[in-house]
Amino acid sequence: MTGTPRQVSSLVPDDTQDTAYTSDEMMTVCASRALRDGMTCFVGIGLPSTAANLARATHAPNLVLIYESGTIGAKPAWLPLSIGDGVLAETADAVVSVPEIFNYWLQPGRIDVGFLGAAQLDRFGNINTTVIGPSYDQPKVRLPGAGGAPEIAASCREVIIVIRQSTRSLVERVDFITSVGYGDGAGYRERLGLTGAGPRKVITDLGVMEPDPVSRELTLTGIFPGVAVADVAARTGWDLAVSAHLQVLTPPSDAELAAVRALQARIPEGAGS
Amino acid sequence: MAEFVSLADAIAASVFDGDAVAMEGFTHLIPFAAGHEVIRQERRDLTLIRMTPDVIYDQLIGAGCASRLIFSWGGNPGVGSLHRFRDAVENGWPSPLLLEEHRHAGMANRYVAGASGVPFAVLRGYRGTGLENLPGLDGQPTVKPITCPFTGETLTAVAALRPDVTIIHAQQADRAGNVQLWGIVGVQKEAVLAASRAVVTVEEIVDRLTPQPGAVVLPAWTVDYIACVPGGSHPSYALGYSQRDNDFYVAWDAISRDRERFGQWLKSDVQGPARPAADAGAVLTGAGNAVGASSRSAGDAWGGTA
Repeated sequence: MTGTPRQVSSLVPDDTQDTAYTSDEMMTVCASRALRDGMTCFVGIGLPSTAANLARATHAPNLVLIYESGTIGAKPAWLPLSIGDGVLAETADAVVSVPEIFNYWLQPGRIDVGFLGAAQLDRFGNINTTVIGPSYDQPKVRLPGAGGAPEIAASCREVIIVIRQSTRSLVERVDFITSVGYGDGAGYRERLGLTGAGPRKVITDLGVMEPDPVSRELTLTGIFPGVAVADVAARTGWDLAVSAHLQVLTPPSDAELAAVRALQARIPEGAGS
Repeated sequence: MAEFVSLADAIAASVFDGDAVAMEGFTHLIPFAAGHEVIRQERRDLTLIRMTPDVIYDQLIGAGCASRLIFSWGGNPGVGSLHRFRDAVENGWPSPLLLEEHRHAGMANRYVAGASGVPFAVLRGYRGTGLENLPGLDGQPTVKPITCPFTGETLTAVAALRPDVTIIHAQQADRAGNVQLWGIVGVQKEAVLAASRAVVTVEEIVDRLTPQPGAVVLPAWTVDYIACVPGGSHPSYALGYSQRDNDFYVAWDAISRDRERFGQWLKSDVQGPARPAADAGAVLTGAGNAVGASSRSAGDAWGGTA
């Protein structure tokens, strides 16, 4: 998880009294609910890994966790810091090489769902994790780069994106396209021959956006309890479309909160001695 | 044929100024001690190749060893930025760093092409992304569209990688110099076979390799130099021997954020008295030396015949 979870208890309606939760917890639970039992899931580190492990600990015990280090079917007893922690290899059904994970497993479309983060995301779900600023050669901020994300975005059957909402992160146009969402709109992925369906959900700390079925533009379809549509629009860098069927999302249940907190409290075996 | 030498001798004999050097290990088995030896021997103008530069290349870049980097993800895994890498790219400190940037699938396939002795590899991908059009180090593209001769489909070709030298860390070598690594095996086999020279540091040297599930075995004649360096992947790890030192990765954020603090770390922990035992590979190579750092191998470790 990046950064310290921010308390958003002010956003929580009074009648939920003692079940205050952080925005990270709400995002994690929301992402976890998007995973169905028995799915194969390509997991990145941080919130996606927490969400996938939460799903496995609650409603989706048969979720298959795949990390890009080549660990297929990892069942970590605690949250790993990196995609290559020993606990992933030790608990995996199979450990394969890096060329194999990309060529045999990801590229042919064998993986149901991929989780991605982004430094910048645009209205068509394109992702930038490469550079901030107009020039690649003289970036304002040099970000880590692509890693496995472009292949996840291209080849997983569907993609879930997790990002904190601000006008700096949700922008009209990304400075660099690291991973393709829907390009410039309807038909773009098909023209490129990308086999996966693209982003199905964008989960932020305010709510959920989904692509419009026709235009592919990201549209606000869900907001967290206590969040106003105007708040979301004010923290979006484009003129945000709002679904006619906008839903207020169910807050984390006591059981979900207890499970996510238990996961995060679990200490690696052999550590801290 | 693999020759057993000290870590210092292995680096002196195989890494030269201006070389293209790959140090691989995907989170697991990263050859940190060898990287530190390259820093101590003050190699310059290197082209560093690695899928995930990680803390190891942050150290080499900050120490001024590199002028070019071929990579696909330059972060501190699970922590954040690589500050020395960013300082070099954003501010040219300690010297400018020219980038050849790819993505994991592209880098993995470029090593596969190099290992296979063909000039390129084919994959889906790159299309529609900014990475499709970035030039290589010499200004020429390393990514191009290619038409399938059977179906007419447009795919992507990536140019082969052929490092001058590849350096990896493995769990074991036998006395004949055959090397075995297991757990997350990454792209090490391809990186070794793609390179002109190969150096392997190992946790221990054993009489006979015991087959491990999913292991990669590199026959002795594919490796040039082997140095016994127990703990040589710290703060990365060797499955069965050590755990990833996640606290160090977290601590690196503060150490590397500031040029001065990084410089102090370099002096004390790589060049100076606080350097880890693993870095002192030379002392482990005398015949009959026990390898105290590795509890499980203390009795039967053997340092080689340097």
